[in-house]
Amino acid sequence: MTSQPLIRIERVSKRFGDFTAVNQVDLDIQKGEFFALLGASGCGKTTLLRMLGGFETPTEGRILIDGVDMSHVPPYERPVNMMFQSYALFPHMTVEQNIAFGLQQDRMPKAQIAERVKAMLDMVQMTPFAKRKPAQLSGGQRQRVALARSLAKQPKVLLLDEPLGALDKKLREQTQLELVNIQDKVGITFIIVTHDQEEAMTMASRVGIMKEGRIAQIGTPFEVYETPNSRFVGDFIGNANMIEATVKSGDGSDWHVEAESLGTVIVTRHEESLPSGSRVTVMVRPEKVKISREIPPGAVNCVTGRISDIAYLGDMSIYHVALSGGARLQVSQANLRHGGGGRLAHDEEVVLTWAPGDSVVLLG
Amino acid sequence: MSGNSSLKQKLGRFLVGLPPYGWLVVFFLLPFLIVLKISLSELQAAIPPFKAIFGWAEDNVLQLRLNFGNYAYLFSDELYVLAYLNSLKVAALSTLLTLLIGYPMAYTIARSPARIRNALLMLVVLPFWTSLLIRVYSWMGILKNEGLLNSFLMGLGVIDSPIQIMETNTAVYIGIVYSYLPYMILPLYATLEKMDLTLLEAAADLGCPPFKAFLRITLPLSLPGIIAGTLLVFIPAVGEFVIPDLLGGPDTLMIGKVIWAEFFDNRDWPVASAVAVAILVLLVAPIMLYQRNEARAEEKG
Repeated sequence: MTSQPLIRIERVSKRFGDFTAVNQVDLDIQKGEFFALLGASGCGKTTLLRMLGGFETPTEGRILIDGVDMSHVPPYERPVNMMFQSYALFPHMTVEQNIAFGLQQDRMPKAQIAERVKAMLDMVQMTPFAKRKPAQLSGGQRQRVALARSLAKQPKVLLLDEPLGALDKKLREQTQLELVNIQDKVGITFIIVTHDQEEAMTMASRVGIMKEGRIAQIGTPFEVYETPNSRFVGDFIGNANMIEATVKSGDGSDWHVEAESLGTVIVTRHEESLPSGSRVTVMVRPEKVKISREIPPGAVNCVTGRISDIAYLGDMSIYHVALSGGARLQVSQANLRHGGGGRLAHDEEVVLTWAPGDSVVLLG
Repeated sequence: MSGNSSLKQKLGRFLVGLPPYGWLVVFFLLPFLIVLKISLSELQAAIPPFKAIFGWAEDNVLQLRLNFGNYAYLFSDELYVLAYLNSLKVAALSTLLTLLIGYPMAYTIARSPARIRNALLMLVVLPFWTSLLIRVYSWMGILKNEGLLNSFLMGLGVIDSPIQIMETNTAVYIGIVYSYLPYMILPLYATLEKMDLTLLEAAADLGCPPFKAFLRITLPLSLPGIIAGTLLVFIPAVGEFVIPDLLGGPDTLMIGKVIWAEFFDNRDWPVASAVAVAILVLLVAPIMLYQRNEARAEEKG
């Protein structure tokens, strides 16, 4: 019983005419997870979410919720609720009436509805606004009402379609943490669709990265960031230096690869066998590269170049370094010292180094 | 400088406001005042067929003679009260029928694919290309005893003898509903078309089946369209003259016909004017009350 996932998506495809929005997706989501579907616009993530909500029917495959096939169950009979990107609050109803709407459909006794609505208003801190209409609320307040309305029925699953897209950056970051806290409290499985990788990483316990209707990788934020399974994922999540290289030799763990664009041989780590002469991509995250004026003692991978651009972000700086071989690498470094003591300057000659274990070999 | 520019602004605002207000004054207020004046004057057998309400008495005294008898007369003869009531009844029932027929039509058009939507709207408006009179005459051809409808039904053997539709209230209802349907459909379409369909998805998501979602979401949100359409149909239908005159019979008592009879058969302009003013007050008062109510509700938010 423990092995049965709350949601099982089995080889689900969705085609609109000639266009395949979702292509043979398999995905299991466990009870209590905070799962993020992440991808660029048009990757099929919203279509997948809408199929879970019942607003689209899969062209192929099955969706099971709690072991029950949902293929022919209309939205109004599914044990899931959705928070819409536009919030879709009923404009002719007050905040209270909006939240009560779903409960009334279940023919819940009036006293119980009032109690639940009150609890929901409390949870999203909207009690003083109970009698207002949506038009009289700010964007952030509407977002809270939409959340309260979709949680009021205590669904098995809450679907969130770009729930924070309409908020400004500060409010969004604050709301991300609130959402996580609320999910913790109510214990409902959340599935969120977003194009914002930071948002997905902040909130989700697991992330599914989608590309052209398929799932490219599923894993915890840590896994997809540190060990992406493809160039696409490595590039999509965070920043990455992608170095094309040819395998020279190795011992099954440390590998020497010829990086033509760097004009040197670098050492990387990969726990599987790599045939000699094969082409690979070595990915190094900008923050894993150390930047200095002189070669640090014991450096393994070591290239020199000149700083061509500096993006000063306050807490850290991003350096673009033009290597003598013609390639460019990105390095980020925390600005640890007040006043920027010893700060690197534009056009300065620098040495870049990184440990073999801080790079990842990508085959796809 | 600033005084000058604010003066310019005021002048600009005045000029922009002039055409609509000017129009209303010249084509509504003045004629209304004239009708009001006639309604308060006395009948006389002359040209014009009413006495002036201002006159000079002895010793250079300017006299204002207001004759409220015409209004009192409206209540003395039950014909007028009956005509008013019947007009309201016919208009109300016709409005209800246009709403019942027009709503599904407007709904279908608003929800049909964008590329055929304009064509469908065009079909609704198309009858306006023909004169109302011709369309009403065509209905006479359809409804009369030896008309299209009766001969068709008799040809099928559904009926043995023609059904009397012409010159009955039924014919008047058919004519009014047919003629005013576009005025109901267009405002309904406008509100239904701009409705956010994700609201219905949200309703379904919260456990509300489609028909219930229609009642709880679509219907209340289309209320402005229903009200606009109702007013657009009801108000002119109350005073409708052509349709009851051509399709109705001698029993069809409507206020438009009464006004006509007073003006042209009885040549009693003062009473005819009183009838017209009374119907205006009867129609305008509730609408103004409604609009004040709306404005107040809007202020409250």
